[in-house]
Amino acid sequence: MSTSPTWPSGTHVVFPCCYKMNLSSVAGAPEMLLGRTRVGFQRSLDTEPRHQMDDSHRRFLQAMMRRGIVDEPTAKQLHQHCCSIQNTIYASDQFDEYIDTINSNLEPIFMQIRKGMCEDSGLQHYALVNMIETDVTRMTSDYADHELEIFRKIMDLVVDSDTGRAYSTEILNSTVTLPQKTKKTEIEQLLNRFVHDNWLTEKEGVYYLSTRCIIEMEQYIRNMYQDQIKVCRICRNIAFQTQVCENPTCGVKMHKPCMARFFRGTTEPRCPACKDVWTHEIPDDSQG
Amino acid sequence: MLQNKRSFNTHSSSANKKPSGTAGAAGEDEDATFTQPTSSQVERSLKKLLPGQIDQKTADVVEYILVKDQKKIPIRRGDLVKHVIKEYRNVYPEIMKRVAHTFEEVFGLKLVNIDTKNQLYILINKFEAIAGGLSFSSPDPKMGLLFVILSVIFMKRGVAKEGLIWSMLGRLSIDPAKRHEKFGDVKKMVTDEFVRQRYIEYVPIPHTDPPEHNFLWGLRANVEVSKAKLLQFVAEPPDPRLLFSLFFFFSFTQITSLKLGQGHVYHCYITFFFFLF
Repeated sequence: MSTSPTWPSGTHVVFPCCYKMNLSSVAGAPEMLLGRTRVGFQRSLDTEPRHQMDDSHRRFLQAMMRRGIVDEPTAKQLHQHCCSIQNTIYASDQFDEYIDTINSNLEPIFMQIRKGMCEDSGLQHYALVNMIETDVTRMTSDYADHELEIFRKIMDLVVDSDTGRAYSTEILNSTVTLPQKTKKTEIEQLLNRFVHDNWLTEKEGVYYLSTRCIIEMEQYIRNMYQDQIKVCRICRNIAFQTQVCENPTCGVKMHKPCMARFFRGTTEPRCPACKDVWTHEIPDDSQG
Repeated sequence: MLQNKRSFNTHSSSANKKPSGTAGAAGEDEDATFTQPTSSQVERSLKKLLPGQIDQKTADVVEYILVKDQKKIPIRRGDLVKHVIKEYRNVYPEIMKRVAHTFEEVFGLKLVNIDTKNQLYILINKFEAIAGGLSFSSPDPKMGLLFVILSVIFMKRGVAKEGLIWSMLGRLSIDPAKRHEKFGDVKKMVTDEFVRQRYIEYVPIPHTDPPEHNFLWGLRANVEVSKAKLLQFVAEPPDPRLLFSLFFFFSFTQITSLKLGQGHVYHCYITFFFFLF
């Protein structure tokens, strides 16, 4: 009973999904994204030593590639699991360093494991992303140009909206101005595909950017929309689904989960910036 | 599914350097005209390049291979040279050395040339799937079915008539003529998908009418599947969890009717196998 059969290929690795949607192939993408611009690295290749990876790191990386995106509890479980299979030392408080080790080795090939928060649950997630775009990435989009144009329209709507949402009617209307006419049913099918491929989430006919989308596209979105994008007052990260301070001179924005955590236990919630009473409904902070 | 062909054409002949020993042949002939540079040629060309340039090309190739391998279609050297290496073909061996090194050291994957005649590459996993790994990778029923087919071919000394495979599937309640709830078009999966992925070969038998085929192991199966382990698997009762994973595609009623006790399940499995031979 100790024989472990070999499945044909243990594991065919599924490549990080970041190659499947390539918005830069659509006309109008900022020049910065074409060619090889390294965006957002903090670590310098030359000065910081690369940490040695062992087989547990490699297994972890393969698992990340297979799944695309994992939430923090799963990521930590995976960390423990990979260390135990390889009989390497495991310390639960060394998770960040573990990820760092992998990332320092992914840097030379312009990939990273990045962290992002689910705007609904507040749970942190990890995803493997590509840091640059090249001719190769342009080769592999799952979507046709006109479909990517529609996705960009959806993004426009989401960025514009305080609550980070795009209604299906709005989406349909926005496609009217596009050069390629798409039928209503085709748009609905495309929306289903976006949801199925985990670029968007949908609730009662309303569409939001998925956590995976936000993590993978963050660079692109920052470059594309620049000052238009909202930043959460609490966590300082990019934010789409927010609540906004009612004070017209303040207008500060917060993620719902960040706000829930911030106001936990307060009897009279006040805006962290202008101190006006916070009038929005505060969601339950079940994260404990 | 967009292939942005524009980017290939605008970039491909923009290099000023004329690559040594090759003409700008198009399409699949690219590899036919690609001659591996000698090591002294590589050395000379390397000196002319900045270190960063090689690194970036290496990154491009790693990316390309990962993306192509995602669909499990082998990568042709000709395509690689034409679309990615391009004007760096003088230092092709050096790039590939670094690419292979990156795959091993960072990803735990091996880049294997499965067809030295046609120069086809695949990525295989350095790690074997193990029983404990099940909880983190849900058993893929397609792989389970493939595994059974490979086992049958193996037990028939490497060549199995297609009729045998179809009847074996039939005994597992998988009718290739009908649409299966998990696998869809089973015949297509077995004769097209698995073949393109190089897990199986589906070879026509000459002078048969209606045309019949033989199933053989494919080039990918040869490098990915350990025949020794497979034999062990067939001969010895496996871990029951794996057994159930393997027969994932059974309907629930079939499994419950089979399982009267662990021993009985193994018995049925082995009996099933020997029944075929």
